[in-house]
Amino acid sequence: MARKRSLIDACLTPKSEVPAGLRYAVSTLTWLVVIGLWSLATYGGFMKDIFLPSPSAVIGAFFRLFEDGTLQQHIWASLQVVVIGFLISSLIAVPLGLLMGTFRVVQAGLEPLVNFIRYLPVTSFVPLFILWIGIGIEQRIMVIFFGTFFQQLVMIADVSRGVSKDLLNASYTLGASRRDALLHVLTPAALPGIVDTLRITMGWAWTYLVVAELVAASSGLGYISMKAMRGFQVDVIFLAIAVIGLLGLFTDTVFRLVRLRLVPWAN
Amino acid sequence: MSVVQLQRETSPANAGIGSATSGAGATEPRLRIKDVRLEYSTRGKNVVAIDNISIDVPDNQFAVIVGPSGCGKSSLLYLVAGLAEPTSGEILLGDEEVDGPGPDRGMVFQSYTLFPWLTVRENVEFGLKRRRMPAKQREEIVNRYLNETGLAAFHDAYPKQLSGGMMQRVAIARALANDPKILLMDEPFGALDSQTRNSMQKLLLRVWEENRKTVLFVTHDIDEAILLGDRIYVMTARPGRLKEEIIVPIPRPRSMDMVMDAEFIAVKRRILDLLKNEIKDDEH
Repeated sequence: MARKRSLIDACLTPKSEVPAGLRYAVSTLTWLVVIGLWSLATYGGFMKDIFLPSPSAVIGAFFRLFEDGTLQQHIWASLQVVVIGFLISSLIAVPLGLLMGTFRVVQAGLEPLVNFIRYLPVTSFVPLFILWIGIGIEQRIMVIFFGTFFQQLVMIADVSRGVSKDLLNASYTLGASRRDALLHVLTPAALPGIVDTLRITMGWAWTYLVVAELVAASSGLGYISMKAMRGFQVDVIFLAIAVIGLLGLFTDTVFRLVRLRLVPWAN
Repeated sequence: MSVVQLQRETSPANAGIGSATSGAGATEPRLRIKDVRLEYSTRGKNVVAIDNISIDVPDNQFAVIVGPSGCGKSSLLYLVAGLAEPTSGEILLGDEEVDGPGPDRGMVFQSYTLFPWLTVRENVEFGLKRRRMPAKQREEIVNRYLNETGLAAFHDAYPKQLSGGMMQRVAIARALANDPKILLMDEPFGALDSQTRNSMQKLLLRVWEENRKTVLFVTHDIDEAILLGDRIYVMTARPGRLKEEIIVPIPRPRSMDMVMDAEFIAVKRRILDLLKNEIKDDEH
């Protein structure tokens, strides 16, 4: 009795820890409820299957598209676009953002322009990009680059601005040159924040990917959902959504592992 | 400013250790702070943080600056470190004028400034690596200071695994391993609990006896100042001026028990008197 009471107490006390088993049980329960409601709505006949497909229909769509190879082909197309766009963006934004947060001159030069562009919705540029670069893979890469780059720049500049000046001062009193301070103090100190920024902006890159593929593309997960809509294949739309979610979950896990490996000292 | 020597009761006629005060001392002062003034402006108002301070710290002396909070004592240390520039006046280390920070003036900060991505060993090694010292020589020096500060067992730990006291020990080892001409310490034990502070003071006394490095130490803790210092500079509240220089007549090696000694209490009374007036001045 006493034990049960304390467990309830733990659940109701703000920020109190609860046993791992309970956490997993509750997480599983949430999924079971979602899938249960979904099953009830579809198998129970409450929703028409041209609007909401049943779980088994989505699984069926998965096997259908997997066996003829279209699913892999479109996943690959999407991955390619998102990874290339994200990489190009990160490779420029990380060093430039560090400089922007470290040197007032760079900040003064870039910040007003970057903040202006940052608030423009990427989607409003899609027609322009199509006009300029057509509807090939380059256009979708451009959308992802444009959507993530300016956000990354501002976030990484913030990370580098947040590095304690005391750390830099300490390095100077130990004989570090300005170059040393930049390479051996500022950069490693900013690394956990950089990895976090990349992890967050990767999520946004996925969003822009789908936007780009919905508007103009001949491959990718967004494209197959668009095509499925025209053919009333709701199960394929659901499949595409599920795959995008799973891929997002996968990249997020990769980033978490990278953080553990790269910056173990920061927890 | 006046220089006061509190006499030792055991040898009434003798002023004790403080022979370097007369200016014609045996050793040429290593650190000379000459008419240093520091002004800054906030919200259009000009504030005088340090008002023409002159201090000579001879070689191998442990000098302490005490004063009420906001008297500019930390600012003075930052000026000596070269992390800030005086409005006027000059600071000389040996014959060289201080111009920007450098490894000849090691510093231990009040805040924890260990590099969190480096282990204890790598932190202590940081300055030596910047000098491109060969690994073997580096290891020797690092080991020596890790042992002296009692950190040998923790050499592989990351800063976040250490307590506040341990982190400051690493900071001391890191500054000493670089073999600076002078060690600047800005209230290094200010954030520690009193027991840890006492053990750190003991450790610093022991390490200092072994190295006899010139130290400029800033604190607002009067007991700490007397326990550690050969000479104490008492500062007034804003604008920071030097009120008195006191030569501490307590022999070394020192220990915590001396806090109860008559000479210790005499020095303490003197400083308290000086600071009491300060707090009154500060009230209006």
